[in-house]
Amino acid sequence: MALLQDNFPTFLQGFGYTLLSSLIALVGSMILGTGFAIMQIMPQKWVRKLGNIYVQIFRNIPLLVITFFFFLVVSKYVKMSGFTSGTIALMLYTSAFIAETVRAGILSIEGGQMEGARANGLTFGQAMQHIILPQAFRVALPSLGNQFINLVKNSSILAFVGGLDLMYQGNMIAANTFETFGTYMIVGVMYLIITLPLSYYIQHLERKLKQA
Amino acid sequence: MVTIGIFSAFTPQNVMYLLGGLGVTVGVSLISVVLSLIFGSVVGIIQFERLPYFSKFVGTINNVIRNLPLLLIIFFVYFALPKIGIHLPIFWATVVAMSTFESAMLAEIVRGGLESIDIGQFEGARANGLSNVQTMIYIVLPQAYKKMIPPIISQLISLVKDTSLAMGIVLSEMTYRGQIVYAQNSTYIIPVLAVITLVYFILNYGLSLVARWADRKLA
Repeated sequence: MALLQDNFPTFLQGFGYTLLSSLIALVGSMILGTGFAIMQIMPQKWVRKLGNIYVQIFRNIPLLVITFFFFLVVSKYVKMSGFTSGTIALMLYTSAFIAETVRAGILSIEGGQMEGARANGLTFGQAMQHIILPQAFRVALPSLGNQFINLVKNSSILAFVGGLDLMYQGNMIAANTFETFGTYMIVGVMYLIITLPLSYYIQHLERKLKQA
Repeated sequence: MVTIGIFSAFTPQNVMYLLGGLGVTVGVSLISVVLSLIFGSVVGIIQFERLPYFSKFVGTINNVIRNLPLLLIIFFVYFALPKIGIHLPIFWATVVAMSTFESAMLAEIVRGGLESIDIGQFEGARANGLSNVQTMIYIVLPQAYKKMIPPIISQLISLVKDTSLAMGIVLSEMTYRGQIVYAQNSTYIIPVLAVITLVYFILNYGLSLVARWADRKLA
């Protein structure tokens, strides 16, 4: 307990940076992911291919490698901190998974919906925006929630590039106090404060969707 | 500058060093996936069976592990467990951490797979005189595993990617060895990162093709 009291501001700062990075990456990856999901079902074949290549690349390489790419290579040309490069990497990585989730959501919507909307004079974009996407997001909500949990957990990658997040601060405190056991326990509890309620809420949502 | 790096970064010695790292990556992944398949199945079955108190208890622990970052579990196993007398070498610390985390993930998949099996299968087997355990082993599990192959392969893909996290405790896997190589000369950074990316991509994309093939074959 003394450990928590002595280092409370540091833990709290780490918690704040983890939340901040997760939220920025969440908003960014939702926008990007939805964009790439739509690209993958566009009528034009080359657009579909392009969307698919993006998703396959970012799904199949480790987040850490993407982070190092931004931290070591891109930062030479565009100045950025560890926090920024980690958050950008997190956003790109997660967007590939969100694209898959949203695409599955869109595909689960009956084809007649799109045909009906088009027959009523809506353009492809309008039909997407007003008819298909609202329904697709409802279906995809539980898996989107799981992606957000993964995002929060993956934000611990910032520790590798000095991103000041919870994991990084935990490592620092553990190194300074030698109280590795207690420190990592506290860090774990702080992650669970974010992820566990989300996880139970998703289970609740899934049960509700199953009944509907 | 960059072109110079491409030619001089991949000396035979460096290539062999990186390949060794790939071996460690694959080794950790394979051992972890086998261990977590075993533990994950046990935990998944316990959760599915709804034993009073015990299943709830196991389920809660499972939820906690699933919702922690893997990196934290790796650090915990390597840096915190020695405090209570458990000393593990780096390789096995990684295997233990990854198996613990992946078991929790796979338990959910196993539970989901079991729940997707029609109740009539249980009733039919029981009516034919099979015991509970026999029903599980001979009737239900084989059907459930068939459905679980694609999600299990995608877990294997994330396992391969996640072994890179073990460089945090200086496990000598591919990403770590890449860092050692490009520490020699900063012009090596781009070519070495590119090659590492490509190797991960080929490995994981290949696995995802297997998953897609299995999905079509079993559907």
